[in-house]
Amino acid sequence: MSESTPEAKLARTSLYEDHVRLGGRMVPFAGYEMPVQYTGIVDEHKAVRTAAGLFDVSHMGEIEMTGEWAESVVDYLVTGNVKALQDGQALYTCACNKEGTILDDLIVYKISKERILIVCNAGNRDKITKVFKSAAENHCEYKDHSDETALIALQGPKAFDVLARAGKDAADLVNLASFHFRDVVIANVKCTAARTGYTAEDGVEIFCAWKDAPALWNQLLELGKDLGVLPCGLGARDTLRLEGRLSLYGNDIDETTNPLEAGLGWIVKLDKPDFVGKEALVAIKAKGLTRKLVGFEVTGKGIARHGYKLRDLQGTEVGLCTSGSPGPTVGKNIGLGYLPTAMCEVGTKFFCDCRGKNIEAVVVKTPFYKRAKAS
Amino acid sequence: MSDNSDKSFPTDLKYTKDHEWAKVTGSEMTVGITSFAVEQLGDITLVSFDVKVGDEIKAGKTFGTIESVKTLSDLFAPVNGKVAALNADLDSKPELVNEDCFGKAWMIKITLDDTKAGDALLDAPAYAAHVKAAG
Repeated sequence: MSESTPEAKLARTSLYEDHVRLGGRMVPFAGYEMPVQYTGIVDEHKAVRTAAGLFDVSHMGEIEMTGEWAESVVDYLVTGNVKALQDGQALYTCACNKEGTILDDLIVYKISKERILIVCNAGNRDKITKVFKSAAENHCEYKDHSDETALIALQGPKAFDVLARAGKDAADLVNLASFHFRDVVIANVKCTAARTGYTAEDGVEIFCAWKDAPALWNQLLELGKDLGVLPCGLGARDTLRLEGRLSLYGNDIDETTNPLEAGLGWIVKLDKPDFVGKEALVAIKAKGLTRKLVGFEVTGKGIARHGYKLRDLQGTEVGLCTSGSPGPTVGKNIGLGYLPTAMCEVGTKFFCDCRGKNIEAVVVKTPFYKRAKAS
Repeated sequence: MSDNSDKSFPTDLKYTKDHEWAKVTGSEMTVGITSFAVEQLGDITLVSFDVKVGDEIKAGKTFGTIESVKTLSDLFAPVNGKVAALNADLDSKPELVNEDCFGKAWMIKITLDDTKAGDALLDAPAYAAHVKAAG
Protein backbone atom coordinates (compact mmCIF):
# COMPACT_ATOMS: atom_id res chain seq x y z
CA MET A 1 0.00 0.00 0.00
CA SER A 2 2.83 2.38 0.81
CA GLU A 3 4.51 1.81 -2.54
CA SER A 4 4.38 4.75 -4.85
CA THR A 5 1.68 4.11 -7.42
CA PRO A 6 2.20 6.48 -10.34
CA GLU A 7 -1.26 5.92 -11.75
CA ALA A 8 -3.41 3.11 -10.44
CA LYS A 9 -4.56 0.86 -13.24
CA LEU A 10 -8.27 1.11 -13.82
CA ALA A 11 -10.35 -2.02 -13.44
CA ARG A 12 -12.93 -3.09 -16.00
CA THR A 13 -16.24 -4.84 -15.54
CA SER A 14 -17.03 -7.90 -17.63
CA LEU A 15 -19.16 -5.64 -19.85
CA TYR A 16 -16.27 -3.38 -20.90
CA GLU A 17 -16.11 -4.70 -24.49
CA ASP A 18 -19.87 -4.35 -24.84
CA HIS A 19 -19.74 -0.74 -23.65
CA VAL A 20 -17.07 0.11 -26.19
CA ARG A 21 -18.92 -1.71 -28.97
CA LEU A 22 -22.10 0.21 -28.11
CA GLY A 23 -20.24 3.52 -28.39
CA GLY A 24 -19.93 4.15 -24.66
CA ARG A 25 -17.61 6.98 -23.72
CA MET A 26 -15.44 5.42 -21.05
CA VAL A 27 -14.29 7.49 -18.10
CA PRO A 28 -12.52 6.69 -14.84
CA PHE A 29 -14.98 6.24 -11.99
CA ALA A 30 -14.17 4.86 -8.54
CA GLY A 31 -11.23 2.93 -9.93
CA TYR A 32 -13.15 1.50 -12.89
CA GLU A 33 -13.45 2.46 -16.52
CA MET A 34 -17.18 3.04 -16.86
CA PRO A 35 -19.41 4.47 -19.60
CA VAL A 36 -20.54 8.02 -18.84
CA GLN A 37 -22.86 7.98 -21.86
CA TYR A 38 -23.58 6.17 -25.13
CA THR A 39 -25.92 8.24 -27.31
CA GLY A 40 -26.29 11.17 -24.94
CA ILE A 41 -27.31 11.88 -21.36
CA VAL A 42 -30.66 13.45 -22.19
CA ASP A 43 -31.58 10.66 -24.62
CA GLU A 44 -30.75 8.01 -22.08
CA HIS A 45 -32.48 9.88 -19.27
CA LYS A 46 -35.67 10.15 -21.33
CA ALA A 47 -35.50 6.48 -22.32
CA VAL A 48 -35.56 5.51 -18.64
CA ARG A 49 -38.52 7.81 -17.92
CA THR A 50 -40.58 6.67 -20.91
CA ALA A 51 -39.33 3.15 -21.78
CA ALA A 52 -36.42 1.58 -19.92
CA GLY A 53 -32.67 1.79 -19.57
CA LEU A 54 -29.98 -0.75 -18.85
CA PHE A 55 -27.11 0.19 -16.53
CA ASP A 56 -23.91 -1.64 -15.72
CA VAL A 57 -23.29 -1.14 -12.02
CA SER A 58 -20.95 -4.07 -11.58
CA HIS A 59 -18.43 -1.74 -9.99
CA MET A 60 -20.51 -1.71 -6.79
CA GLY A 61 -19.19 -3.77 -3.89
CA GLU A 62 -20.89 -6.94 -2.64
CA ILE A 63 -20.13 -8.29 0.81
CA GLU A 64 -21.61 -11.42 2.34
CA MET A 65 -21.86 -12.08 6.06
CA THR A 66 -22.83 -15.60 7.10
CA GLY A 67 -23.28 -17.51 10.32
CA GLU A 68 -25.43 -17.57 13.40
CA TRP A 69 -24.56 -13.98 14.34
CA ALA A 70 -24.53 -12.48 10.85
CA GLU A 71 -27.80 -10.61 11.32
CA SER A 72 -26.76 -9.15 14.67
CA VAL A 73 -23.39 -8.00 13.38
CA VAL A 74 -24.86 -6.26 10.32
CA ASP A 75 -27.65 -4.78 12.41
CA TYR A 76 -25.04 -3.23 14.70
CA LEU A 77 -23.14 -1.69 11.79
CA VAL A 78 -26.07 0.07 10.10
CA THR A 79 -28.68 2.61 11.16
CA GLY A 80 -31.67 0.58 9.94
CA ASN A 81 -33.44 -2.34 11.52
CA VAL A 82 -32.06 -5.46 9.83
CA LYS A 83 -33.70 -7.73 12.40
CA ALA A 84 -37.12 -6.52 11.35
CA LEU A 85 -36.59 -7.63 7.75
CA GLN A 86 -38.29 -10.70 6.31
CA ASP A 87 -36.15 -13.23 4.48
CA GLY A 88 -35.98 -11.98 0.90
CA GLN A 89 -36.40 -8.34 1.89
CA ALA A 90 -33.92 -5.54 1.22
CA LEU A 91 -33.30 -2.30 3.08
CA TYR A 92 -31.81 1.04 2.11
CA THR A 93 -29.67 2.09 5.03
CA CYS A 94 -26.33 3.61 5.94
CA ALA A 95 -23.30 2.81 8.03
CA CYS A 96 -22.06 5.58 10.30
CA ASN A 97 -18.93 6.08 12.32
CA LYS A 98 -18.90 6.79 16.08
CA GLU A 99 -19.39 10.48 15.37
CA GLY A 100 -22.66 9.74 13.59
CA THR A 101 -21.43 10.81 10.16
CA ILE A 102 -21.88 8.63 7.11
CA LEU A 103 -19.33 6.00 6.06
CA ASP A 104 -21.52 4.86 3.19
CA ASP A 105 -25.10 4.35 2.14
CA LEU A 106 -25.92 0.71 1.54
CA ILE A 107 -28.55 -1.79 0.57
CA VAL A 108 -28.76 -4.74 2.92
CA TYR A 109 -30.35 -7.94 1.55
CA LYS A 110 -31.53 -10.44 4.11
CA ILE A 111 -31.35 -13.87 2.53
CA SER A 112 -31.89 -15.35 5.98
CA LYS A 113 -30.94 -14.55 9.55
CA GLU A 114 -27.69 -16.41 8.90
CA ARG A 115 -26.93 -14.93 5.50
CA ILE A 116 -26.88 -11.24 4.67
CA LEU A 117 -25.66 -9.49 1.52
CA ILE A 118 -24.50 -5.90 1.66
CA VAL A 119 -24.04 -3.71 -1.42
CA CYS A 120 -21.83 -0.68 -1.01
CA ASN A 121 -20.62 2.11 -3.29
CA ALA A 122 -17.59 1.27 -5.42
CA GLY A 123 -15.71 4.29 -4.11
CA ASN A 124 -16.18 3.11 -0.53
CA ARG A 125 -15.41 -0.54 -1.07
CA ASP A 126 -12.03 -0.54 0.70
CA LYS A 127 -13.40 1.37 3.65
CA ILE A 128 -16.58 -0.67 4.02
CA THR A 129 -14.97 -4.07 3.53
CA LYS A 130 -12.52 -3.16 6.27
CA VAL A 131 -15.35 -2.21 8.65
CA PHE A 132 -17.42 -5.32 7.94
CA LYS A 133 -14.44 -7.65 7.97
CA SER A 134 -13.25 -6.39 11.31
CA ALA A 135 -16.77 -6.51 12.80
CA ALA A 136 -17.14 -10.09 11.58
CA GLU A 137 -14.06 -11.29 13.45
CA ASN A 138 -14.96 -13.98 16.00
CA HIS A 139 -18.66 -13.50 15.25
CA CYS A 140 -19.46 -14.52 11.69
CA GLU A 141 -17.96 -15.28 8.28
CA TYR A 142 -17.11 -12.40 5.99
CA LYS A 143 -16.58 -12.58 2.23
CA ASP A 144 -16.05 -9.91 -0.41
CA HIS A 145 -17.79 -11.09 -3.60
CA SER A 146 -17.32 -7.83 -5.51
CA ASP A 147 -14.91 -9.18 -8.10
CA GLU A 148 -17.07 -12.12 -9.09
CA THR A 149 -20.49 -10.47 -8.90
CA ALA A 150 -21.90 -8.40 -11.75
CA LEU A 151 -24.83 -6.05 -11.25
CA ILE A 152 -27.11 -4.80 -14.00
CA ALA A 153 -30.00 -2.41 -13.42
CA LEU A 154 -33.03 -2.46 -15.70
CA GLN A 155 -35.11 0.60 -14.92
CA GLY A 156 -38.16 2.26 -16.38
CA PRO A 157 -41.88 1.81 -17.02
CA LYS A 158 -41.21 -0.90 -19.59
CA ALA A 159 -38.70 -2.87 -17.53
CA PHE A 160 -41.20 -5.63 -16.81
CA ASP A 161 -42.32 -5.77 -20.44
CA VAL A 162 -38.73 -6.62 -21.29
CA LEU A 163 -38.57 -9.24 -18.54
CA ALA A 164 -41.85 -10.71 -19.77
CA ARG A 165 -39.93 -11.72 -22.89
CA ALA A 166 -37.03 -13.23 -20.95
CA GLY A 167 -38.64 -16.47 -19.84
CA LYS A 168 -41.47 -17.56 -17.57
CA ASP A 169 -39.56 -17.07 -14.33
CA ALA A 170 -38.40 -13.59 -15.35
CA ALA A 171 -41.92 -12.66 -16.46
CA ASP A 172 -43.14 -13.37 -12.96
CA LEU A 173 -40.77 -10.76 -11.45
CA VAL A 174 -43.55 -8.21 -11.94
CA ASN A 175 -45.10 -9.75 -8.81
CA LEU A 176 -42.00 -9.18 -6.71
CA ALA A 177 -42.73 -6.56 -4.07
CA SER A 178 -40.74 -3.35 -3.81
CA PHE A 179 -37.47 -3.84 -1.90
CA HIS A 180 -37.74 -7.61 -2.14
CA PHE A 181 -35.47 -9.99 -4.03
CA ARG A 182 -35.30 -13.58 -5.18
CA ASP A 183 -33.30 -16.01 -7.28
CA VAL A 184 -34.53 -16.09 -10.85
CA VAL A 185 -33.55 -17.26 -14.31
CA ILE A 186 -33.55 -14.42 -16.81
CA ALA A 187 -32.89 -15.27 -20.45
CA ASN A 188 -31.33 -18.54 -19.33
CA VAL A 189 -28.93 -16.80 -16.96
CA LYS A 190 -29.02 -17.64 -13.25
CA CYS A 191 -29.51 -14.39 -11.35
CA THR A 192 -30.81 -12.78 -8.22
CA ALA A 193 -33.16 -9.88 -8.91
CA ALA A 194 -34.20 -7.15 -6.51
CA ARG A 195 -37.00 -4.65 -7.03
CA THR A 196 -34.79 -1.69 -6.26
CA GLY A 197 -33.12 1.07 -8.22
CA TYR A 198 -31.52 4.48 -8.34
CA THR A 199 -33.57 6.24 -11.00
CA ALA A 200 -36.94 7.03 -9.35
CA GLU A 201 -38.52 4.55 -11.79
CA ASP A 202 -39.81 1.05 -11.25
CA GLY A 203 -37.46 -1.75 -12.20
CA VAL A 204 -35.00 -4.32 -11.00
CA GLU A 205 -31.35 -4.62 -10.14
CA ILE A 206 -29.97 -7.99 -11.21
CA PHE A 207 -26.98 -9.80 -9.72
CA CYS A 208 -25.30 -12.51 -11.74
CA ALA A 209 -21.91 -14.16 -12.09
CA TRP A 210 -19.22 -11.85 -13.50
CA LYS A 211 -18.80 -14.00 -16.63
CA ASP A 212 -22.56 -14.24 -17.30
CA ALA A 213 -23.14 -10.49 -17.42
CA PRO A 214 -22.47 -10.02 -21.17
CA ALA A 215 -25.04 -12.69 -22.11
CA LEU A 216 -27.64 -11.16 -19.81
CA TRP A 217 -26.88 -7.59 -20.88
CA ASN A 218 -27.01 -8.28 -24.61
CA GLN A 219 -30.17 -10.35 -24.40
CA LEU A 220 -32.01 -7.72 -22.37
CA LEU A 221 -30.96 -5.03 -24.85
CA GLU A 222 -32.09 -7.17 -27.77
CA LEU A 223 -35.40 -8.08 -26.12
CA GLY A 224 -36.08 -4.43 -25.34
CA LYS A 225 -34.91 -2.91 -28.59
CA ASP A 226 -38.34 -2.31 -30.13
CA LEU A 227 -39.62 -1.03 -26.77
CA GLY A 228 -37.07 1.77 -26.79
CA VAL A 229 -34.68 0.33 -24.22
CA LEU A 230 -31.26 1.99 -24.29
CA PRO A 231 -27.97 1.27 -22.58
CA CYS A 232 -27.41 4.10 -20.12
CA GLY A 233 -24.27 5.55 -18.60
CA LEU A 234 -23.27 7.21 -15.36
CA GLY A 235 -24.35 10.62 -16.69
CA ALA A 236 -28.01 9.68 -16.98
CA ARG A 237 -27.81 7.71 -13.75
CA ASP A 238 -26.82 10.94 -12.03
CA THR A 239 -29.56 13.15 -13.53
CA LEU A 240 -32.18 10.46 -12.89
CA ARG A 241 -31.25 10.00 -9.26
CA LEU A 242 -31.02 13.76 -8.72
CA GLU A 243 -34.58 14.30 -10.01
CA GLY A 244 -35.68 11.60 -7.55
CA ARG A 245 -33.64 13.22 -4.76
CA LEU A 246 -31.63 10.10 -4.16
CA SER A 247 -28.39 10.87 -2.36
CA LEU A 248 -25.04 10.41 -4.03
CA TYR A 249 -22.21 9.45 -1.70
CA GLY A 250 -19.24 11.78 -2.11
CA ASN A 251 -21.56 14.58 -3.22
CA ASP A 252 -24.55 14.93 -0.90
CA ILE A 253 -23.38 12.69 1.91
CA ASP A 254 -19.95 11.78 3.26
CA GLU A 255 -17.99 11.56 6.50
CA THR A 256 -18.66 15.24 7.22
CA THR A 257 -22.44 14.88 7.08
CA ASN A 258 -24.86 13.01 9.33
CA PRO A 259 -27.97 11.23 8.05
CA LEU A 260 -30.34 13.48 10.01
CA GLU A 261 -29.24 16.69 8.31
CA ALA A 262 -29.02 14.85 4.97
CA GLY A 263 -32.76 14.18 5.07
CA LEU A 264 -32.13 10.51 5.79
CA GLY A 265 -33.69 10.52 9.25
CA TRP A 266 -36.18 7.97 7.96
CA ILE A 267 -33.44 5.36 7.66
CA VAL A 268 -32.11 5.98 11.17
CA LYS A 269 -33.82 3.86 13.82
CA LEU A 270 -32.87 5.55 17.06
CA ASP A 271 -35.14 3.14 18.93
CA LYS A 272 -32.87 0.23 18.00
CA PRO A 273 -30.97 -1.11 21.06
CA ASP A 274 -27.57 -0.06 19.72
CA PHE A 275 -25.64 0.62 16.56
CA VAL A 276 -22.44 2.41 15.59
CA GLY A 277 -23.09 6.14 15.79
CA LYS A 278 -26.32 5.91 17.76
CA GLU A 279 -25.07 7.85 20.77
CA ALA A 280 -23.80 10.69 18.59
CA LEU A 281 -26.99 10.79 16.53
CA VAL A 282 -29.17 10.90 19.64
CA ALA A 283 -27.13 13.87 20.85
CA ILE A 284 -27.27 15.58 17.45
CA LYS A 285 -31.04 15.17 17.38
CA ALA A 286 -31.45 16.48 20.94
CA LYS A 287 -29.33 19.53 20.17
CA GLY A 288 -31.21 20.30 16.97
CA LEU A 289 -29.90 20.48 13.43
CA THR A 290 -27.87 23.49 12.32
CA ARG A 291 -28.24 22.81 8.61
CA LYS A 292 -30.21 20.62 6.25
CA LEU A 293 -29.87 19.23 2.78
CA VAL A 294 -32.59 20.81 0.66
CA GLY A 295 -33.65 20.67 -2.94
CA PHE A 296 -33.62 23.88 -4.93
CA GLU A 297 -34.38 25.22 -8.33
CA VAL A 298 -32.14 27.76 -10.01
CA THR A 299 -34.55 30.47 -11.13
CA GLY A 300 -31.88 32.74 -12.62
CA LYS A 301 -29.80 31.91 -15.65
CA GLY A 302 -27.31 29.37 -14.41
CA ILE A 303 -26.66 25.77 -13.55
CA ALA A 304 -25.70 24.83 -10.00
CA ARG A 305 -22.80 22.41 -9.72
CA HIS A 306 -21.27 20.32 -6.96
CA GLY A 307 -19.05 22.53 -4.82
CA TYR A 308 -20.62 25.90 -5.66
CA LYS A 309 -21.20 28.21 -2.69
CA LEU A 310 -24.68 29.19 -1.62
CA ARG A 311 -25.25 32.74 -0.36
CA ASP A 312 -28.10 34.55 1.33
CA LEU A 313 -29.66 37.51 -0.46
CA GLN A 314 -27.16 39.81 1.27
CA GLY A 315 -24.37 37.86 -0.42
CA THR A 316 -23.03 36.13 2.70
CA GLU A 317 -21.85 32.56 2.19
CA VAL A 318 -24.24 30.30 4.06
CA GLY A 319 -24.04 26.88 2.46
CA LEU A 320 -22.83 24.55 -0.23
CA CYS A 321 -24.31 22.99 -3.35
CA THR A 322 -23.67 19.25 -3.24
CA SER A 323 -25.31 18.22 -6.53
CA GLY A 324 -26.66 20.18 -9.44
CA SER A 325 -27.52 19.84 -13.09
CA PRO A 326 -30.31 20.42 -15.54
CA GLY A 327 -33.18 18.04 -14.81
CA PRO A 328 -34.13 16.69 -18.23
CA THR A 329 -37.62 15.54 -17.15
CA VAL A 330 -38.52 18.40 -14.83
CA GLY A 331 -37.15 20.86 -17.38
CA LYS A 332 -35.45 23.03 -14.78
CA ASN A 333 -31.98 23.51 -13.41
CA ILE A 334 -32.09 21.78 -10.06
CA GLY A 335 -29.77 21.03 -7.20
CA LEU A 336 -29.25 19.81 -3.67
CA GLY A 337 -27.35 21.72 -1.04
CA TYR A 338 -26.86 22.34 2.62
CA LEU A 339 -28.46 25.50 4.01
CA PRO A 340 -28.84 26.80 7.58
CA THR A 341 -32.02 25.41 9.17
CA ALA A 342 -33.65 28.84 9.14
CA MET A 343 -33.35 29.02 5.35
CA CYS A 344 -34.73 25.58 4.57
CA GLU A 345 -38.39 26.42 4.22
CA VAL A 346 -39.86 25.87 0.75
CA GLY A 347 -39.98 29.17 -1.10
CA THR A 348 -36.87 30.65 0.56
CA LYS A 349 -34.82 32.58 -1.96
CA PHE A 350 -31.04 32.59 -2.01
CA PHE A 351 -28.12 32.84 -4.42
CA CYS A 352 -26.05 30.13 -5.96
CA ASP A 353 -22.57 31.45 -6.68
CA CYS A 354 -22.00 30.19 -10.22
CA ARG A 355 -18.33 30.95 -10.73
CA GLY A 356 -18.51 34.43 -9.27
CA LYS A 357 -22.03 35.29 -10.42
CA ASN A 358 -24.83 35.31 -7.84
CA ILE A 359 -27.68 33.48 -9.55
CA GLU A 360 -31.09 33.40 -7.88
CA ALA A 361 -32.39 30.09 -6.58
CA VAL A 362 -35.30 28.96 -4.44
CA VAL A 363 -35.86 26.08 -2.03
CA VAL A 364 -38.43 23.65 -3.44
CA LYS A 365 -40.16 20.49 -2.35
CA THR A 366 -38.45 17.22 -3.19
CA PRO A 367 -38.40 14.84 -4.92
CA PHE A 368 -38.24 17.01 -8.03
CA TYR A 369 -39.74 14.11 -9.96
CA LYS A 370 -42.11 11.41 -8.79
CA ARG A 371 -43.35 8.70 -11.10
CA ALA A 372 -47.06 8.17 -11.49
CA LYS A 373 -48.13 5.17 -9.44
CA ALA A 374 -48.86 2.12 -11.56
CA SER A 375 -52.42 0.88 -11.37
CA MET B 1 -11.00 8.12 -26.88
CA SER B 2 -10.43 6.50 -30.20
CA ASP B 3 -13.41 7.62 -32.24
CA ASN B 4 -11.99 10.89 -33.58
CA SER B 5 -9.30 9.50 -35.80
CA ASP B 6 -10.61 10.54 -39.19
CA LYS B 7 -12.68 13.65 -38.59
CA SER B 8 -12.76 16.32 -41.26
CA PHE B 9 -13.83 19.91 -40.73
CA PRO B 10 -15.16 22.64 -43.08
CA THR B 11 -12.23 23.96 -45.08
CA ASP B 12 -13.53 27.52 -45.39
CA LEU B 13 -13.09 28.06 -41.65
CA LYS B 14 -10.14 28.67 -39.34
CA TYR B 15 -9.76 26.93 -35.98
CA THR B 16 -8.24 27.31 -32.51
CA LYS B 17 -6.70 24.73 -30.23
CA ASP B 18 -9.59 25.45 -27.84
CA HIS B 19 -11.91 23.83 -30.38
CA GLU B 20 -13.49 26.99 -31.73
CA TRP B 21 -13.99 27.88 -35.37
CA ALA B 22 -13.64 31.33 -36.91
CA LYS B 23 -14.80 32.78 -40.20
CA VAL B 24 -13.42 36.09 -41.39
CA THR B 25 -15.53 38.31 -43.63
CA GLY B 26 -13.78 41.62 -44.30
CA SER B 27 -13.01 43.14 -40.91
CA GLU B 28 -15.37 40.89 -38.98
CA MET B 29 -14.79 37.47 -37.50
CA THR B 30 -17.63 35.08 -36.58
CA VAL B 31 -16.77 32.52 -33.90
CA GLY B 32 -18.41 29.30 -32.72
CA ILE B 33 -17.41 25.93 -31.31
CA THR B 34 -16.50 22.92 -33.41
CA SER B 35 -18.33 19.63 -33.83
CA PHE B 36 -15.54 17.98 -31.86
CA ALA B 37 -16.19 20.32 -28.92
CA VAL B 38 -19.92 19.64 -29.14
CA GLU B 39 -19.33 15.91 -29.17
CA GLN B 40 -17.16 16.19 -26.08
CA LEU B 41 -19.66 18.36 -24.21
CA GLY B 42 -22.82 16.43 -25.05
CA ASP B 43 -26.26 18.00 -24.69
CA ILE B 44 -25.79 21.76 -24.50
CA THR B 45 -28.12 23.37 -21.98
CA LEU B 46 -26.78 26.87 -21.42
CA VAL B 47 -24.73 29.47 -23.26
CA SER B 48 -23.95 32.65 -21.36
CA PHE B 49 -21.88 35.66 -22.36
CA ASP B 50 -19.75 37.75 -20.02
CA VAL B 51 -19.41 40.58 -22.56
CA LYS B 52 -21.79 42.90 -24.37
CA VAL B 53 -21.78 44.49 -27.80
CA GLY B 54 -19.14 47.22 -27.97
CA ASP B 55 -16.83 45.67 -25.36
CA GLU B 56 -13.16 45.28 -26.17
CA ILE B 57 -11.97 41.69 -25.99
CA LYS B 58 -8.50 40.23 -25.96
CA ALA B 59 -7.23 37.04 -27.55
CA GLY B 60 -7.21 34.18 -25.05
CA LYS B 61 -9.63 35.85 -22.62
CA THR B 62 -12.99 34.28 -21.89
CA PHE B 63 -16.10 35.91 -23.31
CA GLY B 64 -18.59 33.43 -21.87
CA THR B 65 -19.32 29.88 -20.85
CA ILE B 66 -21.07 26.95 -22.41
CA GLU B 67 -22.63 24.25 -20.27
CA SER B 68 -23.88 20.77 -20.98
CA VAL B 69 -25.81 18.51 -18.65
CA LYS B 70 -22.60 17.19 -17.19
CA THR B 71 -20.01 19.90 -17.54
CA LEU B 72 -19.01 23.47 -18.22
CA SER B 73 -16.47 25.01 -20.56
CA ASP B 74 -15.13 28.52 -21.15
CA LEU B 75 -15.45 30.34 -24.45
CA PHE B 76 -12.27 32.11 -25.50
CA ALA B 77 -11.79 35.06 -27.82
CA PRO B 78 -9.45 33.87 -30.57
CA VAL B 79 -8.28 37.40 -31.45
CA ASN B 80 -8.21 41.01 -30.24
CA GLY B 81 -11.16 43.17 -31.22
CA LYS B 82 -14.49 44.64 -30.32
CA VAL B 83 -17.73 42.69 -29.81
CA ALA B 84 -19.93 43.40 -32.84
CA ALA B 85 -22.74 40.92 -32.06
CA LEU B 86 -23.72 38.07 -29.75
CA ASN B 87 -26.07 35.29 -30.80
CA ALA B 88 -29.20 35.97 -28.73
CA ASP B 89 -30.95 32.88 -30.13
CA LEU B 90 -28.73 30.68 -27.98
CA ASP B 91 -30.32 32.21 -24.90
CA SER B 92 -33.62 30.45 -25.45
CA LYS B 93 -32.35 27.66 -27.71
CA PRO B 94 -28.98 26.39 -26.48
CA GLU B 95 -29.74 23.09 -28.23
CA LEU B 96 -28.99 24.88 -31.52
CA VAL B 97 -25.34 24.22 -30.67
CA ASN B 98 -25.96 20.48 -30.91
CA GLU B 99 -28.00 20.88 -34.09
CA ASP B 100 -25.89 23.31 -36.12
CA CYS B 101 -22.63 24.31 -34.46
CA PHE B 102 -21.00 25.58 -37.67
CA GLY B 103 -24.05 27.62 -38.70
CA LYS B 104 -27.01 28.87 -36.69
CA ALA B 105 -25.16 28.39 -33.41
CA TRP B 106 -22.41 30.93 -34.01
CA MET B 107 -21.59 32.62 -30.72
CA ILE B 108 -19.92 35.96 -31.27
CA LYS B 109 -18.96 38.38 -34.05
CA ILE B 110 -15.81 40.37 -33.46
CA THR B 111 -14.70 43.55 -35.27
CA LEU B 112 -11.03 42.80 -35.77
CA ASP B 113 -8.29 45.13 -34.56
CA ASP B 114 -6.12 43.54 -37.22
CA THR B 115 -7.89 42.17 -40.29
CA LYS B 116 -5.03 39.68 -40.77
CA ALA B 117 -5.45 38.24 -37.25
CA GLY B 118 -7.28 35.20 -38.58
CA ASP B 119 -4.27 34.09 -40.60
CA ALA B 120 -2.51 32.90 -37.47
CA LEU B 121 -5.26 30.40 -36.66
CA LEU B 122 -5.22 26.74 -37.71
CA ASP B 123 -6.58 25.61 -41.07
CA ALA B 124 -8.87 22.58 -41.28
CA PRO B 125 -6.17 19.88 -41.78
CA ALA B 126 -4.03 21.35 -38.99
CA TYR B 127 -7.04 21.39 -36.67
CA ALA B 128 -7.95 17.81 -37.63
CA ALA B 129 -4.40 16.82 -36.70
CA HIS B 130 -4.75 18.67 -33.37
CA VAL B 131 -8.00 16.81 -32.65
CA LYS B 132 -6.40 13.51 -33.54
CA ALA B 133 -3.51 14.22 -31.18
CA ALA B 134 -5.97 15.18 -28.43
CA GLY B 135 -7.96 11.99 -28.97
